[in-house]
Amino acid sequence: MKVLAIDDSRTIRDMVKLALSREGIEIELAEDGHHGLEVLETLDPRPDAILTDVNMPRLDGFGFINKVRENPIYAGIPILVLTTESAKAMKQRARAAGATGWIVKPFDPARLVGALRTVTGL
Amino acid sequence: MSDPMDTIRAGFFEECGELMEVLEAGLLALQDGTSDADTIASIFRAVHSVKGGAGAFDMASLVAFAHDFETLLDGVRSGTVAQSPALVATLLRAADRLSDLIELSRDGREPTDDFDELAAHLRDLETASPPVGDFTPVALDFGLDPDPEPEPAEQAAAASDAPQDMLTWQIAFRPHSELFSSGNEPLFLFRALAVLGRIAVSIDDSALPNLANLDPDLASLAWRITLIPSANDLTETEIEAIFEFAEDLCDITLECAMAPASVAPAWPDAQLPTTTAPPAAAPPPPASPAKPVPPAGSVTPPPAAKTIRVDLDRVDRLVNLVGELVISQSMLARSISLAGHDGQSDIMDGLDGLQQLTRDIQDSVMSIRAQPVKSLFQRMTRIVREAAQATGKEVRLEVVGEGTEIDKTVVERLADPLTHMIRNAIDHGLESPAERLAAGKPQTGIVRLSAAQQSDRVVIEVTDDGRGIDRGRVLARAVARGLVEPDTRLETHEIDRLLFRPGFSTNDEVSQLSGRGVGLDVVQKAIRDLNGVVSIASEDGIGCSMSASLPLTLAILDGMVVTAANQRMVIPLSAIVETQTLASAKIRNLGPGRNVAALQGVFVPMVDLAQGMGFPPTQNTRDDDRAILFLRPGEAAAYALQVDAIDSQGQVVIKGLADAFGRVPCVSAATILGDGQVALIVDPTSLAEAAGLARAPRPATHLEIVA
Repeated sequence: MKVLAIDDSRTIRDMVKLALSREGIEIELAEDGHHGLEVLETLDPRPDAILTDVNMPRLDGFGFINKVRENPIYAGIPILVLTTESAKAMKQRARAAGATGWIVKPFDPARLVGALRTVTGL
Repeated sequence: MSDPMDTIRAGFFEECGELMEVLEAGLLALQDGTSDADTIASIFRAVHSVKGGAGAFDMASLVAFAHDFETLLDGVRSGTVAQSPALVATLLRAADRLSDLIELSRDGREPTDDFDELAAHLRDLETASPPVGDFTPVALDFGLDPDPEPEPAEQAAAASDAPQDMLTWQIAFRPHSELFSSGNEPLFLFRALAVLGRIAVSIDDSALPNLANLDPDLASLAWRITLIPSANDLTETEIEAIFEFAEDLCDITLECAMAPASVAPAWPDAQLPTTTAPPAAAPPPPASPAKPVPPAGSVTPPPAAKTIRVDLDRVDRLVNLVGELVISQSMLARSISLAGHDGQSDIMDGLDGLQQLTRDIQDSVMSIRAQPVKSLFQRMTRIVREAAQATGKEVRLEVVGEGTEIDKTVVERLADPLTHMIRNAIDHGLESPAERLAAGKPQTGIVRLSAAQQSDRVVIEVTDDGRGIDRGRVLARAVARGLVEPDTRLETHEIDRLLFRPGFSTNDEVSQLSGRGVGLDVVQKAIRDLNGVVSIASEDGIGCSMSASLPLTLAILDGMVVTAANQRMVIPLSAIVETQTLASAKIRNLGPGRNVAALQGVFVPMVDLAQGMGFPPTQNTRDDDRAILFLRPGEAAAYALQVDAIDSQGQVVIKGLADAFGRVPCVSAATILGDGQVALIVDPTSLAEAAGLARAPRPATHLEIVA
């Protein structure tokens, strides 16, 4: 499995990387939505899933998901939103943007991996 | 191998430092009224990121405070909390508190003081807007690997051993069209269900229109799943968890029934993967991954800063190696010149090229360690704020040249002396608002913090527009402390230098702020340890300026190689004002061992380098070679240094001695010369002190030249 993870916090990127690489999941990292789109273009084959933070400079997580969903090539990639909010409103906004699901930070590594496995079937 | 979590933890605190800089800078822009929506968003994100990381490490008090802070900032961002000077002041206080909590968390300590009041205040300010959301810190245990999920086959085997009466779940699942456009996939959900036990899936295609009427974007299929869990205590929640992301995107019902084993459905084992045919509304199948196409409508964004993080040890190793390269290169140059090659030969051309290249490499390597003083200066805003509060003075900080770069170590070690200089400026330099108004000055005092590169040095300056140094009081105190003889006539700059004498304190009562029993001598020592010099200038009623001149790097020094007592030594070029041959110098004798030499019309005391360094006197040097170096080590009065000969001038690589020898008087470090010999690098300031020059200035220094 290959996952693109986008978060402007180095700490979170490091933790996601640790959690996924321990499970043998290949991981690519990006620092904000724009960067995420750049990295996404370079990935061949495309990632099996994308994890993205919400609050980021330049292009936030929802904006990023919109861009990804606009492109038929990437429209089907499962995208999980990494968020500190667990309120219903956040889920609705994530949903509206086209997210597949969400992981609430601080995340439990096992749950993160489990959710990724569920949405990718891998 | 170290625990990766420790590395991430260390990385988190490093990141916190960067986030706090963003936060401070943003809040200051808010204060100056130069903020925009992006600024506020960046402030919010900084606090948000601190909270996010802290939550992962279970730093409860940090998370709790960051949460209140973030909630208030969210209100500011969305406009439900009105901006005002009072709000900005509160935010600045909160930033200070956040910074403290980060430090406490790093040391694994809990706050001992009670700042609930500040947190409550933040919450009160925020009341207008709804809470951001629940946030419960969860301690993570990466050390414990979760059990690998059992293979479905094993699960099935387990199920066959299940008791006669089996608990079965009936799941009716009808996805909406949006389920597919959100990237969810029923097949994958079924696979996840299969992990919980044995499943049988049947498709309901009754709603599927005929092909002519089929709209591929609409979902028309439904499924019924029978699940016999491998564990009898499977809860509804566990099943719901699998459909968590499908919530609101499908109609789903869960029914639990006790079914005798005999009634269990027959298991067409091959059914699972095949019967879940791609749903009618599935998104377009993933295109062949051959050639990724840029996402539609994506504009090429400005490239993200391309940086890598490198362990400092590696950079230092490189710096060291470049030092060795410089030495090898100069040794090679020496061998070639000893071999009799003249300036026109190919080998000399090659050597010139090598020399140029070496210097370029050296500059490039040094620039890796260079860091803008911005982060250091930003930290000072807090010092100013706190000092202003503690003294009841109104202060505005002006910052100039924060992009100036200097060696990382210098930046780090400047924090303490700079803090002291700023506190001193506010505590002793600036007047109270009332005094300022009485003196016809604006009520708010200005402290200006500036950095500028001047050739191979960086000058950091703290200037205030306060009352200036009260020299009468300084002198009186110095006399009272026995630092100078009564009735000594001192130049103003000599009086100012008294401030740097150990144990000097201008305030009769120890000041709460900059007092604490330490004087500016501490600043001087810290700056000197960085091969820097401190100087001070003051004008009555106008203000005072204290500056530290620091080398760009701690690895290379421009110096003059001289000989004394058959020893070669290096004098830092930055301290040399002028050189003269001994024969041409105007020298007067004021008694045994007390010579003075004329520098630009003024006599300055003379020191013999060999004698000053404690070498036995020698007389085997030709008089013609003898020379005098006039030194002004910035912070001390000028003096003349007599040497046996001047050998050469150039860059030398600094090799620290402190690790092996501790502090050696008059010596700052050592170097290896082109011929492979070791030479000591002289510290002109401490040499002057050792020679007794920095003690009470002597009348001799004021003799006007008569001849």
